[in-house]
Amino acid sequence: MTGGRGPVSSFRRLRACAAWIARRGLTGVFMLLGLAIFLFITVPLLKMLLSSAAEPHIFWQTLVDRQVVAAIWLTLYAALIATAVGFLLGVPLAYLLARCEFAGKKLVEGLIDVPIVVPHTAAGIALLFVFGRSFAVGSAFERIGVTFVDSTAGIVVAMLFVSVPFLIDSAKEGFRGVDVRLERVARTLGATPWQVFVHISFPLAWQSIVAGGIMMWARGISEFGAVVILTYHPMIAPVLVFERFEAFGLDYARPVAVLLIIVSALVFVALRVLTGRGRRT
Amino acid sequence: MIEIRNLSVVLGAFALHGVNLAVQTGEYFIMLGPTGAGKTVLLESIAGVQPILSGEIWLGGRNVTQLEPEQRRASIVYQDHMLFPHYTVRENVTFGPRMRRQAPAQVAAALERAVALLGIERLLHRRPDTLSGGERQKVALARAIVTDPEVLLLDEPLGALDPQTREGVQQELIRLQAELGITVLHVTHDFEEAVIMGDRIAVIGDGAIRQVGAPDEVFRHPNSEFVARFTMTSNVFAGAAVKEDGGRAVFIVDGVRIVTGADLEGPCHASIRPEDILIADAAAAAFPDDGCNRFTGVITQIVQKGSVVLVTAALPPPLVCLLTRRAYGEMGLRVGQAVRLTVAPSAVHLFRG
Repeated sequence: MTGGRGPVSSFRRLRACAAWIARRGLTGVFMLLGLAIFLFITVPLLKMLLSSAAEPHIFWQTLVDRQVVAAIWLTLYAALIATAVGFLLGVPLAYLLARCEFAGKKLVEGLIDVPIVVPHTAAGIALLFVFGRSFAVGSAFERIGVTFVDSTAGIVVAMLFVSVPFLIDSAKEGFRGVDVRLERVARTLGATPWQVFVHISFPLAWQSIVAGGIMMWARGISEFGAVVILTYHPMIAPVLVFERFEAFGLDYARPVAVLLIIVSALVFVALRVLTGRGRRT
Repeated sequence: MIEIRNLSVVLGAFALHGVNLAVQTGEYFIMLGPTGAGKTVLLESIAGVQPILSGEIWLGGRNVTQLEPEQRRASIVYQDHMLFPHYTVRENVTFGPRMRRQAPAQVAAALERAVALLGIERLLHRRPDTLSGGERQKVALARAIVTDPEVLLLDEPLGALDPQTREGVQQELIRLQAELGITVLHVTHDFEEAVIMGDRIAVIGDGAIRQVGAPDEVFRHPNSEFVARFTMTSNVFAGAAVKEDGGRAVFIVDGVRIVTGADLEGPCHASIRPEDILIADAAAAAFPDDGCNRFTGVITQIVQKGSVVLVTAALPPPLVCLLTRRAYGEMGLRVGQAVRLTVAPSAVHLFRG
């Protein structure tokens, strides 16, 4: 009797759950599907965090490991530099794409998004073709002391290439959301095109630009494929995770990955909070 | 003064072609036309924010065709105000002087003057999203006049307002124009607004100006079927006019003879405003013979429109008459009823268009 109760009660619970979903119709089904994907994203991350917490001594060793700290720091600031360069070059392009009509515009928009779909190791090889020492751009930069192979500049270039579409697309949508008549009114009131951009278009698209910047920065941090082709050393955190996994196994790769996730999540949340606060004021 | 010479603008599939227009200094000029007629494009071309294909634009005696918008001294106010949402009312109003790098004392003086004119002192610290429609319109007007423009371009300024606010802003605009003596070009699709506010009216349709004149002239004497229909002259007929003894023109349509006060012969159109037709029960006492046109017809349609009622009576052709709701109620008219219609010859306008 007792042995049969478990499955019966589980079956009842399942039926009750199904009835609850059926009562809610579309919302219930969507909640179920949404829960599945939410768990798919969060369970591996939580599992990794919890198993690291179970072995605090390894985590502590990682925390004071200079190579790990240097790799994480390099990852963060290289992604930040890439985002800054993307901001400087991508925002003007986003504005043009949002405001101007020209022949081949659709093609330009399509090409900008290509780095998102290209395998990133292939992207790294493509970059090597342009920024390698034996190629025009690479050798030109080398003359002023900048090399892109096995250097921070290489990391930045790889991160920039794969992540700048996020910033451009988001900024473009932001500018498209600014009613062009606001800019026109500003012109008739006496503002030059530069003043209109600085005082009207840019501030009104700012939230989208920041959101795109955060996405770009986050995508840069997680980049592995393109970076590893251009620059194995100095090592960024994803490369270090890979190397530790290859050399020492899962137990030594995991704490580096955990640390990288924690640091990224903290900065990510801080930026979201800061920009959210900006939105309310 | 605004002078437009042979202006052409192409915007995708839409085009303004060969527009010529002269608005006098200090005039309140209405550009009247249906949606898609090119009213806003014309305003934006004058303001310099819409590239033109050919022609010239003169503002205050200056050829501004090649000038940038910020050099033209033409302020535009859109229907939905277009206040800068990230600025307070004070920052919105002072935007122009600040961009022109005026001294702080000058900016403050300009702000004080504009704010006093529009009575928006208490709104200065507010953000646009906390304002009512009428308040936003006042702020948009203050922002437009603070730079002391040569012309004020108003794009359907009353379109987004509720009827009560609309009347207030309408009076505000008339007062503002009178106080400043500024040249105003106001575009609208509302003919009543045009009659009330305009010193003169231009009717625009399909990218071209169809007629220019004083409100009464445009409404009483439309020069085309388009203008007649757009100015709510429901009775427009195509027929022919013949001169009779005594030189008076008689318009003939569907075998019905309508005596007119016009001097025209041959194929043409006739228009009769619905409020110029008197309607009475066919059984009522006969009117004295005063030279008016008299017809007998049968009511085919009755359309109630708020305070007025449109009654269509077929002679044939169908004639639409306008009655007040009270008169309609007292007469007890119904569909199928025989009625007598009276139209004075002076109310019949003939035109070739």
